Amino acid sequence: MAVKTYIAAITEALDLALEKDENVLIFGEDVGKNGGVFRATEGLNQKYGDERVFDTPLAESAIGGLAIGLTTQNFRPIMEIQFFGFIFEVMDSLSGQMARNRFRFHGTREFPIVVRAPYGGGTHTPEMHADNLEGLMAQTPGLRVVMPSNPADAKGLLLSAIESNDPVVYLENLKLYRSIKGEVPEGYYTTPLDKAAVAKTGEDISIITYGGLVPVCLKAAEMLEKEGINAEVIDLRTVSPLDIETIGQSVEKTGRVVVAQEAQRQAGIGSAVMAEISERFIMSLEAPIGRVSAPDSVYPFGAAENDWLPQVDDVINSVKNVLSFE
Amino acid sequence: MTSQALEILNFEQQLQVQDDSFKALSVLDKDGNIIDEAGFEAAELSDDKLVELMKRMIKQLVLNERSVKLAKQGRLGFVAPTRGQEASQTATSFAFNDADYLMPGYRDIPQMIHKGFPIYKAFLWSRGHHEGNLMEGINTWFPQIIIGAQFVEAAGIGLGMKKRQLDACAYTYTGDGGSSQGDTYEGMNIAGAFKANAVFIIQNNGYAISTPRKVQTAATHLASKGWGAGIPSIVVDGMDAIACYLAAKKAREWTVAGNGPVLIETLTDRLEPHSMSGDDPLRYRTKESIEEWQKLEPLIRMRIFLENKNLWSEAIESEYKEEVNAEIDDAVKKADNVQKQKVSEFIETTFEQPGFVQAEQIEKFREAGK
Repeated sequence: MAVKTYIAAITEALDLALEKDENVLIFGEDVGKNGGVFRATEGLNQKYGDERVFDTPLAESAIGGLAIGLTTQNFRPIMEIQFFGFIFEVMDSLSGQMARNRFRFHGTREFPIVVRAPYGGGTHTPEMHADNLEGLMAQTPGLRVVMPSNPADAKGLLLSAIESNDPVVYLENLKLYRSIKGEVPEGYYTTPLDKAAVAKTGEDISIITYGGLVPVCLKAAEMLEKEGINAEVIDLRTVSPLDIETIGQSVEKTGRVVVAQEAQRQAGIGSAVMAEISERFIMSLEAPIGRVSAPDSVYPFGAAENDWLPQVDDVINSVKNVLSFE
Repeated sequence: MTSQALEILNFEQQLQVQDDSFKALSVLDKDGNIIDEAGFEAAELSDDKLVELMKRMIKQLVLNERSVKLAKQGRLGFVAPTRGQEASQTATSFAFNDADYLMPGYRDIPQMIHKGFPIYKAFLWSRGHHEGNLMEGINTWFPQIIIGAQFVEAAGIGLGMKKRQLDACAYTYTGDGGSSQGDTYEGMNIAGAFKANAVFIIQNNGYAISTPRKVQTAATHLASKGWGAGIPSIVVDGMDAIACYLAAKKAREWTVAGNGPVLIETLTDRLEPHSMSGDDPLRYRTKESIEEWQKLEPLIRMRIFLENKNLWSEAIESEYKEEVNAEIDDAVKKADNVQKQKVSEFIETTFEQPGFVQAEQIEKFREAGK
């Protein structure tokens, strides 16, 4: 297996999908000749041509409409929203249209659309470039929300998303693009959607997290290990719908839980996870569930973002707090 | 002394140029006379086709009458009357083929019916039954509620058709209110940028619910919105069925030939309320203005024109109306007898593969017989 960056794994998946199925199209702002502002589509326009990998006007809502319309002609569109913060411009296409269409047609038509967008903080981007808005997507029935945390998953989950006959919002963590590397299996493979992964096994406490916070929580678990605390880290991978089975198995084993997300605390994925645990596994819990999140303010881009974003110490403190409950 | 700089800076003149740039396409005047013979010939409407077009407009008329009545009786859900728009809706759609893809707005039920969508399903759509969205084999979508979405989606369909090299196009409708939506512009613009096979139709019927046309925009002509996207854009007398047909036919030919999209603005009037959900037009317009427009409505002039050609008569019309009424009677019965919907199926049809929690919900509702 070759060691690759997270973004290289994404590019490889896109390349394989274009190669496998001529109905797959990639389009968005600057994804053509330029290969995307992060180079996620590097070389694909040159390899597959303007008919299949192409730039669009700077109009997110039109990009969403284009994707929906193209499905009527049996294409499988992969649309890129250049930064996840720009998603507000295309909310009707996502939540008002593509997510509802299978239901509207009573299951008689399919909308195999992948919406790719980079998200996540810590890279000093301008405003509206780093926000964690997955909670907004998760609220919409009919949208699947996938947030890989490592290169192997990034490739396998993207290929699954492209194979899915439902719309998938596939969110790529900006900070992870080039900061992490990992072994990536060769060739075409899929990693199942709707399935969480045990990123690290442990007995004392379950840290349930996803996306950009997975490496942060793994780092915290590593440091806790030195203090004799054996934490399990669950990587949700698909944040909507949730994999209750994997969450349940971990909670029943450890009896103590910390839920960690980079997004603000109010509503969102962490709240949904906590609610499901409270409803289903309360008898297994030995302590109230701990929570790590950003505070409920607007994302403070730039200078102060690392004061605001959850850090390794926040996870460690929350774990210790939950473990100290008698 | 002429100055290009001062010429460019003559704002007043530029507004005048915009105002003067759009003449309404007109072939049949309000008294039923062909006022543009070459235009009529270009429409290539044989006698048989003229009668078929008239029948379709009468069908729209009867369907509207009956739908309004059914709505008043509480037997339909949302109903948006179409009286006055028979040329704007039916005559434009008459120019398209089965292979062409219709993206209707919520008032555009007649175009769906003419494409072969069964009337009972249109009633079921109005009532909120999923069978009203089952349109296999017919190239139409459900009537769009979010105004503007049909424009960006039509652009996608038109681009897909171009990529598949089909001899077909997407065609879509909105209103004067819809022309203010960002998506309306984005749809026309992206379709233009890709030279997609699409015809965009803005039915300027004077009011968006109660908001008058002049509040929507400073533009004198809604067609000018297409110029910003760099696409051919025309204004048509929306009460003239021949002109509406001709405009749509030429727009279709242009776009299917690979030249990119066209925008058509039809000048029409919604002679009845916005919807049957409590709208009273006399709160925002005068009775006189409605009466003025009634004199212009498209059926009056078509009747005279066709009667003069011995193609139409009161007897033909009443016989055909009876036929349509019988079809509608059957449709009402069929709609009344449709199976009740199940909550479990709502969840089942939300995803191809339900998540864990959703699968539990499906099971729960199934067990409850819902």
